[in-house]
Amino acid sequence: MNPQMVMYEEEFNQIQTVVDRLVKEANARVVFIVDKNGQLISSSGDIENLDTTSLASLTAGNIAATGGMAKLLKENEFATQFHEGEKQNVHIQLVGNRVILVVIFDARSSLGLVRLRVRKASDELNGIFEALLNKVAAPGADAPFAEITDEDIDNLFND
Amino acid sequence: MSFINYLSREINCKLVYYGPGLCGKTTNLQYIYNKTAPDAKGKMISLATEQERTLFFDFLPLSLGEIRGFRTRFHLYTVPGQVFYDASRKLILKGVDGVIFVADSQIERMEANIESIENLRTNLAEQGYSLDKVPFVMQYNKRDLPSAAPVEELRSMLNPTNAVEFEAVASTGQGVFDTLKAVAKLVLTELRKGSGAPG
Repeated sequence: MNPQMVMYEEEFNQIQTVVDRLVKEANARVVFIVDKNGQLISSSGDIENLDTTSLASLTAGNIAATGGMAKLLKENEFATQFHEGEKQNVHIQLVGNRVILVVIFDARSSLGLVRLRVRKASDELNGIFEALLNKVAAPGADAPFAEITDEDIDNLFND
Repeated sequence: MSFINYLSREINCKLVYYGPGLCGKTTNLQYIYNKTAPDAKGKMISLATEQERTLFFDFLPLSLGEIRGFRTRFHLYTVPGQVFYDASRKLILKGVDGVIFVADSQIERMEANIESIENLRTNLAEQGYSLDKVPFVMQYNKRDLPSAAPVEELRSMLNPTNAVEFEAVASTGQGVFDTLKAVAKLVLTELRKGSGAPG
């Protein structure tokens, strides 16, 4: 089983910096990061009218299905996917087998540029997530939910 | 696998509705979707065939309120119930925090129920989970149908470990929220136990 995913401010800011920069450097419309279970971690760009929660879940489903195909073909994984639309394209990259980096772009950019920028961003993100996972796994990590009571939980459902 | 975000002060958990084909998993989600306030839910996504059979999964994000300053969000998924979609079911179970088994109470579906719960046990084990340890709730659905088997019979076949159980008629909503609340509670309780430690 994978360790629980926890996000702290320090690492979040580092991730957000990479994601913000990738939007600019790749001329992308939107960049977001999802964990393999479909939870949105970070996003940047033109996301106002975008249902990022649904996109996150579908991206994870997509990566899971592709991973399933890889297994059947005795491949380790298919780390990169590209979906070409009439106006928009989606580039999906598995990072460190843990999170998924999604870039949505249109005619203002190109697949070549996106691939180039994604490669660099992936390396950076890989390092950040590795450090984050070590932090979470370290003994004495914060346990905010150790303190919650039955009453707290019951209150959630008193409506 | 729950995801705790300290920055946005959110906790995200994944719940999966499991069960044989046509037992009412999607109907459970549809009822929850219809009865939830717009600000507490996201869009419901159904990846279904033209005959409205679930092909890959249904997805519904729900926000339940705050606990100790953390907004609790639950992502509800269903699996495709038809036997031949087993590869997809395995994928959807990845990172699950809580499971609801929706049993079809009709006596003629008993075998399908048994096959499905055995399949659930096997697929969870493949991910390193045990059905006896993961937060788990049993729902006996379609209680209104004339051929519904007695609950005692369903229990002895499907729920020998006496997991929390509910009788339901998902099409009218009976038992749907009771089931959801029970599994959400178990997930949060589990989170408290496992807090801070890799789980």
